[in-house]
Amino acid sequence: MSRDLSIDVHHITRVEGHGNIVVDMKNGELRKAQLDIVEPPRFFEAMMKGRSFHEAAIITSRICGICSLGHQMTSLKATEAALGLELSEQTIKLRKLLVHGSTFQSNVLHALFLATPDFLNVGSVFPLVETHKEVVLAALRLKRLANEMGEIISGRAVHPISCVPGGFTQIPTEDKLKYLKEQLETQGLKDVAFVAEVLKSLAGEIPVFKRETEYISVYSDEEYGLYDGQICSSDSGLYPVEDYLSVTNEFVVAHSSSKHARFNRSSYMVGALARFNNSHKLLKPEARDLAASLGLVAPNFNPYMITVAQVVEVLHCVLDSIDLLDDLLTTGLKQEKPNQQPTKYGRGIATTEVPRGILFHDYTYNRQGIIEAANCIIPTGQNLANIDDDMKKLVPEILDQGKDTITKKLEMLVRAYDPCISCSVHMLDVEFVE
Amino acid sequence: MSKPKVAFFDFTSCEGCQLNKLNFENDLLDMLKLVDIVEFREAMDNRADEYDIAFIEGSISSPTCVERIHDIRRRTKILVALGQCAVSGGINAMKNDQPSEWVRETVYGEDKYLFPSLPAMPVSAVVKVDYEIRGCPMSPPEYLHVLKSLLLGRKPELKDYAVCVECKLKENECVLDKGMFCLGPVTRAGCEAICPSFGQYCTGCRGPVSDLNKDGAVNMLKAHGFSEAEAIKRMKMFNTNDLEKTISWGAK
Ligand code: SF4
Ligand code: SF4
Ligand code: SF4
Repeated sequence: MSRDLSIDVHHITRVEGHGNIVVDMKNGELRKAQLDIVEPPRFFEAMMKGRSFHEAAIITSRICGICSLGHQMTSLKATEAALGLELSEQTIKLRKLLVHGSTFQSNVLHALFLATPDFLNVGSVFPLVETHKEVVLAALRLKRLANEMGEIISGRAVHPISCVPGGFTQIPTEDKLKYLKEQLETQGLKDVAFVAEVLKSLAGEIPVFKRETEYISVYSDEEYGLYDGQICSSDSGLYPVEDYLSVTNEFVVAHSSSKHARFNRSSYMVGALARFNNSHKLLKPEARDLAASLGLVAPNFNPYMITVAQVVEVLHCVLDSIDLLDDLLTTGLKQEKPNQQPTKYGRGIATTEVPRGILFHDYTYNRQGIIEAANCIIPTGQNLANIDDDMKKLVPEILDQGKDTITKKLEMLVRAYDPCISCSVHMLDVEFVE
Repeated sequence: MSKPKVAFFDFTSCEGCQLNKLNFENDLLDMLKLVDIVEFREAMDNRADEYDIAFIEGSISSPTCVERIHDIRRRTKILVALGQCAVSGGINAMKNDQPSEWVRETVYGEDKYLFPSLPAMPVSAVVKVDYEIRGCPMSPPEYLHVLKSLLLGRKPELKDYAVCVECKLKENECVLDKGMFCLGPVTRAGCEAICPSFGQYCTGCRGPVSDLNKDGAVNMLKAHGFSEAEAIKRMKMFNTNDLEKTISWGAK
């Protein structure tokens, strides 16, 4: 079909940060279909230089409020790797709980408050307070519960306080952990089941679209890869985290103040669907069943299904949190101090899955425990090339649907990736020439 | 009476303050009964022309930011700076302290001349700010207090004494006594000393008290074994602009 089409969604809504969708088609030839990133730069890597190891995680946490826990975890692990700080099992379990809490908090926020309004044809979650009050309440309760996990274990859900290199400055009380466990087992599981039912009833609203790409995530043999593991590519297998630069291959494009990334193909996907495709066998059985009942079967090549994968992960995280709490309570909590005696100095690289995908921090410390060089590679930046490739395949397929529908589907596509634009422009700025 | 029109805007920030505001899950629905949220790009599609109260998150750090903030100021009756990025430049201002040539070179290499950028500024450097909610992230109880006061037509009361006062009231063990660093003595209260309450030092994220005694602060930290350079460096994490503005701090 030969036609002209021009779409410019200036500052797409219901995403974190500032981006524009631009499509330009002339005589049936697609000249442009891309997500422009227009957020101002923040220069975090430059700010890190000269800072002590006590400060690194406090600073990098501020790259992004939504992913603050993930940045802290990755930052702490990079520092610990560089300085040779061993962690206790208790510290690792508490951290895994924090990662679960922040993953399911973010997944609930995205799936229910940012993506679902599209399925119900409204512009925000606010009208749903009237029309779908029970869902909104269930989602709010889940969000509250996730935040409480953060508050009880780390002092604050946004920019956690007590997680420091080598451990925690304060250990939560057993009573509070018991309380969390009870809440997760009762109301928590009930609300997840309800939210899953609602999503099932909306399954028909999820656009059908398929584009196979490369899926990259953290992978561990022992558990669904979130807190730690190796780098896994669906195309070419496992890599140690130290090889991250040869996987991410960042490059600058003129239409984005955030760098793009590619590995085996022109683009790759990170995030909930990539994790699901690579690690689905390691989900809790209940979460695997839920995926099947929602029509999500690995490998799945529909980016709109990211939202479904997120809800599946919510159930997994709630169930695994219950198990972790059980473990901690059975062993009993030790009042241990953080281990902050460096055994070496040098470079440390770490990776964690944050809600939007695989995150890398890489620091080099001098012998005074001061940072000499820092690098962070953010999930959203890694997804940007993939989003552009999706758009280039999608637009020609839906050309007959009218500009409004095309625009809506493109917005839904970008939103499905749950892009975190503040994160992705943590360092770079490019001026635009139209 | 129609409900006040409230809008939220984000500039250069981590959006943590906006997120924190969504974290009042229990009060959120009640709050929606009292105000009409007319613009909030992170959560909704709508846009509006006028606002009664505009909450601004983030620093001003590019020419586009300057244009946008003037436009918002023209259209709102009350403008509130939400969080330390907006109040003082916050953590973004750390880059101001480094030679901009060097910052740009670190990031762009030889392409540095292609990319103009402004120092990270507080909102008040560009337009009039009516109220400030401090903190990185902003403290939720303070936010509720300001919002309620504004809805009732009252002037919010903000604190101007040190975090130590709140910390003592909570009967926390002082982290200085444990050999840690702490900025509680020189930092403005209002967060209920949340960091020392969780065993961590105060990083000074709410900015200095207005009658800051620089020498006293530095001497106190020196007495606890921190060098002057280290003390100043740590104070600057969230407060580069404040410290550069009010006092000549010498050592960079
Ligand atoms: S003040 Fe802190 S929490 Fe708030 S937006 Fe700025 S960096 Fe984020
Ligand atoms: S811990 Fe910090 S804030 Fe608390 S009393 Fe000691 S110096 Fe003051
Ligand atoms: S204790 Fe200090 S660092 Fe913590 S929130 Fe309060 S002012 Fe900020």
